[in-house]
Amino acid sequence: MSEFIHAKSIKNNEVRFSDALFYNFLRLITVLIIILFASVFVFLYRSSEPLFLEQGWSFFKETTWSPTTDTYGVLAFVYGTLVSSFIALLFAVPVSMGSALFLTQLCPRFLVSPIRSIIELLAAIPSVVYGLWGIFVLAPFIKNYVQPVLSGLTPGLPFFQGPPFGLGLFTAGLILAIMIIPTITTISIEIFQAVPKLYKEGAKALGATDWEAIKIAVIKPGMAGVLAAITLGLGRAMGETMAVTMVIGNRADISSSLFSPAATMASVIANEYAEAGSNLHSASLTAVGFTLLLISMLVNFGARYIIKKFRGPI
Amino acid sequence: MKKYLLLATCVLFSTWSSAAQLINGAGATFPEPIYIKWFSELKKVDPATSINYQGIGSGGGIKQLTAGTVDFGATDIPMTTQESASLKSPVIHIPTVLGAVVVSYNLKLDKPLKLTPDVVADIFSGKITKWNDERITKINTDQILPNKNIIVATRADGSGTTAVFSDYLSKVSPDWKNKAGKTVDWFRGSIAAKGNAGVTGLIRQSDGAVGYVELVYALQNKLAFAHIQNKSGQYIEANTKSVSAAATGKVAQDMIKNDFKMSITDSDVKTAYPISSFTWILVGESLPKSKGEKIVKMLEWSLGKTGQSMAEEMHFSPLPTELQKAVLARVKKIKIQ
Repeated sequence: MSEFIHAKSIKNNEVRFSDALFYNFLRLITVLIIILFASVFVFLYRSSEPLFLEQGWSFFKETTWSPTTDTYGVLAFVYGTLVSSFIALLFAVPVSMGSALFLTQLCPRFLVSPIRSIIELLAAIPSVVYGLWGIFVLAPFIKNYVQPVLSGLTPGLPFFQGPPFGLGLFTAGLILAIMIIPTITTISIEIFQAVPKLYKEGAKALGATDWEAIKIAVIKPGMAGVLAAITLGLGRAMGETMAVTMVIGNRADISSSLFSPAATMASVIANEYAEAGSNLHSASLTAVGFTLLLISMLVNFGARYIIKKFRGPI
Repeated sequence: MKKYLLLATCVLFSTWSSAAQLINGAGATFPEPIYIKWFSELKKVDPATSINYQGIGSGGGIKQLTAGTVDFGATDIPMTTQESASLKSPVIHIPTVLGAVVVSYNLKLDKPLKLTPDVVADIFSGKITKWNDERITKINTDQILPNKNIIVATRADGSGTTAVFSDYLSKVSPDWKNKAGKTVDWFRGSIAAKGNAGVTGLIRQSDGAVGYVELVYALQNKLAFAHIQNKSGQYIEANTKSVSAAATGKVAQDMIKNDFKMSITDSDVKTAYPISSFTWILVGESLPKSKGEKIVKMLEWSLGKTGQSMAEEMHFSPLPTELQKAVLARVKKIKIQ
């Protein structure tokens, strides 16, 4: 017995040293990430400072973006980013949730992995390819079929009116939806698989129908995780640049119609940064980047708060 | 084994770097195809010199030249006084070839559309909204124009093409005064795409669309484009001849007077296409001996007979003879220290 204790204590000492090494190594990496984030934040702020000194708060309140007169306002881009991402979620969330539920609960086993790899392949397509597909396939389809039907059905509402370009907020939102579906679906699948089967069996035993059992014993306990998946998808949608730039029509404008051209924060940076003439112009583009960072942080904190509220039994 | 390998690589690299002198340039994307062609042909003539060119945009070219990270820059629009002020040593503008911006459209017409400067300006301000507007039909009496809405496509990204086109508009229309630039605030209801390819895509897909693209791009992709009325009232089709013509006669004289740093849109010349412009290589007034001789040689070859005829084959408009002589004489005067 005493021998055993002795041996253990020696081993413990050894373990403690490597533990400390490991612990400090991890700590260093975490600190590095924080430093990285802080330096991005500081860099963006410092490069946008000339604009804030020149225009002050009006940058956040104005919708006019005019490089020719050197006056800049970010609001139109904030609108474009938020609305296109919201449209993306509107389409992507039901589709992703539905396919994740189908694949984990109802799908015959031999079909699961082929369907899953097809969904994951969607994530492997480069965004420029999505953009090209958007211009040449989706945009004409929306121009010729979707907008005429929607505007015909709702003659009183402003949302679907306006000249049919095929390019605009709605098209950008649809492309984004396709791009974020794999993210939300794959994570949701993992979440639903992690919910104990026992819950569902219990619900069934109590006489629940398939849908009721899924609702009570799969969706509800997995809700927090699914919300986290949606937040990840939203983050990707807000930051997506190439595909959106190609299909959104690029006009710094807030219009009531979803089919009108707009621009997002990421798209205006991609378009104008390379050839930004005056100092104020490039400063205002970094200020747009700074705003995007602030809004992403806000969205993430908001999402974490909601997720906390939903945190279920798992 | 590894040591030998390392040694071998070192030897290889050292001989390679001493064999070829590397000259770096960066800037405008518009002339990139012809510059790359020139420099690769030049390498065949003079294997001792390697010229590397990157099309990163005119603004980027000027920034890199100012920072001293490249040996020469390239731009589609002359440097502004503000940009020149931040240079460490003076730079000269060497025009290399000419380009033009054309107004391309998607209409099924038998004959090319004709447009006057004021009509072009008003279409691109959203004031003329229908193809059968009286002001358009009045100048196109030889054919019937459809009762269709005009969809205006513009460039979303900052570009020399936009700069040249808006420079032209600012000369022909009082509404456009002081509104020219690489990025322009187009009217509400127009739509914008990235690059010449993006604008072309928009035009091709929308019935009744109109937009502006670079002539070289339009010729390569066989787009339909309008004949534009020039200052002397002629409707001119853009091609390498009518574009080069824009820099002849009095315009050439003015160019020489201004040390080649001048916009030539809305040219006075009778046979000139009015939305023509130069693209320039920017080099220091005086160059270090090691690279200077090579750069002068590169310019002389590119601006000479072989280089210029190569340009024409690729739809770039060559320098008119008169101006070519003056530019070559200026290149000779570059100080080598």
